[in-house]
Amino acid sequence: MQSFKDSEHLLRLAAVFVVGIVVFLVIRGFLVPKSFGEYGHYRGDAISDVAAKPVNFAGHEMCEACHSDVFDKKKDGKHAHVNCEACHGPQAKHADDPASVQPPKLDTAKLCARCHEANAAKPKTFPQVVSADHSSGMPCDTCHQPHSPAIASADTGGAK
Amino acid sequence: MSISRRHMLLLLPAAALAWKHVLAGTPESSPNYTMSQHWWGMLIDLTKCIGCGNCVRGCQAENEVPDGYFRTWVERYHVLDYDIENPHVDSPDGGKKGFPPTKEEGGKNFFVPKLCNHCADSPCTQVCPVGATFISPDGVVLIDKKYCLGCRYCVQACPYGCRFINPGSNTAEKCTLCYHRITKGLTTACCESCPTGARQLADLKNPNDPIHEFLKTHSVQVLKPYMATHSKVFYNGLDGSVR
Repeated sequence: MQSFKDSEHLLRLAAVFVVGIVVFLVIRGFLVPKSFGEYGHYRGDAISDVAAKPVNFAGHEMCEACHSDVFDKKKDGKHAHVNCEACHGPQAKHADDPASVQPPKLDTAKLCARCHEANAAKPKTFPQVVSADHSSGMPCDTCHQPHSPAIASADTGGAK
Repeated sequence: MSISRRHMLLLLPAAALAWKHVLAGTPESSPNYTMSQHWWGMLIDLTKCIGCGNCVRGCQAENEVPDGYFRTWVERYHVLDYDIENPHVDSPDGGKKGFPPTKEEGGKNFFVPKLCNHCADSPCTQVCPVGATFISPDGVVLIDKKYCLGCRYCVQACPYGCRFINPGSNTAEKCTLCYHRITKGLTTACCESCPTGARQLADLKNPNDPIHEFLKTHSVQVLKPYMATHSKVFYNGLDGSVR
């Protein structure tokens, strides 16, 4: 015991370390989220954070629930596989409240050209026109119905 | 007495932080969705892409992507037949407003939509120093905005240039494969708005997904296979000149 005579200061130092470690562990326990490490070296709740974002595109199944008449019109035409929101834009707000939120009216002269304006980089099998030659600036829906764009009989077809 | 006051001062900030954490709570999760049953990827059929830019606009509308930044974008390639190593690539405003007429004569021209490849062995998640980016159990590379420091390591690490720093939040941002949609049974905004079906969301763990039949019957490539990132964005009809 003689050699530990003046050891009180060492014990005090050890106590400071122990208190420091305990404080560190307590603070760490509070600050590190419970879900950290649930799936890997990241916060597991971050996954549900990302998933919780609201959607803007309602999806074509949602559209079909009310607009089955348009789907009937589309199903035999060339645009059968073009989803509604590809042209009409994101309509989740309209789907949530159909009465007060109305989709904007579309300008076919601009809208159709987005896809069908001729461009050498487009696949050769894709129907393309030079709109200035094809319709001289007339809106496309003068002749074509966008939901089923083929022109039924020859005498109604063709640009003037 | 003086000691307890000092301890009090030390503990106050910690207690404040802890209380903030308690208040934040946990966000609601998507019901009827089991992460372990999915392994997400995408199929891009270049023979169908018309460069309309619907995917870019759709992505921006769905995910509030700031102007001038892109989670997905479309590139136009012009390759002379004798110069496959040096393609001319342009992407005006990411293809958001479509493309001007292709002027160059000769050679071949085609569009290549790009997005995060959701690599199964992703370089970007490996370099994050704080665990803010990760591969979810269903194979989507995501970012934890609360943890991201904005250090830009991941932006440099991505071989495909798919990440950027959001100028508003100063955190890294990227394609989430519309994780908030696919966990609700919807497809991604880009696939929903693609008029030709050039983009298709694929669940590689779903045996009934048409991706399996497609991969079996087509010559499909990934971007930069030599990077060994195990990309899950599969390109049909990919030209050798595409970088």
